[in-house]
Amino acid sequence: MAEEIILLDYWASMFGMRTRIALEEKGVKYEYREEDLSNKSPLLLEMNPIHKKIPVLIHKGKPICESIIQVQYIDELWPDSNPILPSDPYQRAQARFWADYIDKKTYVPCKALWSETGEKQEAAKMEFIEVLKTLDSELGDKSFFGGNKFGLVDIAFIGFYSWFRTYEEVANLTIVAKFPKLISWAQRCLKRESVAKALPDSDKVLKSVSDHRKIVLGIDEFHV
Amino acid sequence: MNQEEQVKLMGLWGSPFSKRVEMALKLKGIPYEYIEEDVYGNKSPMLLKYNPVHKKVPVLIHNGRSIAESLVIVEYIEDTWKTSHTILPQDPYERAMARFWAKYVDDKVMLAVRKACWGPESEREKEVKEAYECLKCLEKELGDKLFFGGETIGFVDIAADFIGYWLGIFQEASGVTIMTAEEFPKLQRWSEDFVGNDFIKEVLPPKEKLVAVLKAMFGSVTSN
Repeated sequence: MAEEIILLDYWASMFGMRTRIALEEKGVKYEYREEDLSNKSPLLLEMNPIHKKIPVLIHKGKPICESIIQVQYIDELWPDSNPILPSDPYQRAQARFWADYIDKKTYVPCKALWSETGEKQEAAKMEFIEVLKTLDSELGDKSFFGGNKFGLVDIAFIGFYSWFRTYEEVANLTIVAKFPKLISWAQRCLKRESVAKALPDSDKVLKSVSDHRKIVLGIDEFHV
Repeated sequence: MNQEEQVKLMGLWGSPFSKRVEMALKLKGIPYEYIEEDVYGNKSPMLLKYNPVHKKVPVLIHNGRSIAESLVIVEYIEDTWKTSHTILPQDPYERAMARFWAKYVDDKVMLAVRKACWGPESEREKEVKEAYECLKCLEKELGDKLFFGGETIGFVDIAADFIGYWLGIFQEASGVTIMTAEEFPKLQRWSEDFVGNDFIKEVLPPKEKLVAVLKAMFGSVTSN
């Protein structure tokens, strides 16, 4: 059955990765369309006139914007395969709380980590370390954030893993050494086909950001 | 009802976030014990225990467990108590739209209005224009519906409680005008219907008290 799903996305977006993972988890076929963020397509501007951002999920011609909202939509349409939200209301609330926490606390600092220098970057580093500490504590000894099953919060955060190498190099952050539990969690998630397919290669992200910083900020991170 | 089942709400008398939860509980006919928190003064040990991540209100305590973040709490209430008043639509696409607009109110509109009313004079014109544009989007979304939720008060109406009641008060206290009845006839009509609803008006904080507190907190930005 052709569901006619189009995803407008950007390969390195940790938000777009969430929606890709959700669609793969459900085994739903969709058309992926890469957006040039410096030259946004008329379709993107038409489908997301308010924010003009990716990812945009278009289902039977109707747009759904905001990645966590898209993931919940996908889960509600295909509830029987690989449920993403738990069925218990309290557990659902906890999942939504932590997805909201990740969104509220990472958006600004994560952008500054790769696009800024000096004080602004330092401030962003402090903020992001706090987020990692909090998430590390929340994960504890569980396999996934929700317990034994892969779910919403894992989907909300796993995309950031593909950016860890970039943050370490470009912002001089120590992540892998300091947060072994989070790294194990990420490796566990990567064993799932949906995640392995959705996440780009970390080195590719780093190269893209380094090139950007060279051009825009005049910083050559890898001077010989 | 035993102690465990009892619903408690830790809130702040003047906060639109806190009131969203009270509105949802009232609409659903769920009895609760209200606990006023001195958030700006002395945060109680209870608050720090039940919301260690954000240390903010509102916090709902049900069956001895806590849920934080107002819109997460409202969804929890909807998931837990199946009564005749439904807050979210059944259709997944309509639900996604409701979540999108509620997030829009939270992320964009409230911040824009706060900046416009209380931000620095130098930014006033720019911020008022931004807030005006945000409200125009909501005016368009409301259209000819009675409420954002359709025939009855729904998720977006509750999320937009700030616009229904607090916006007018912010305008009065700050001396800054963003929304007028002439420019926003639909939102004006909606806010009158919203605050006129029996369940909603029961929980609204007294206007004079709010004006006095706002003036004391921020001062009047235009000449008295």
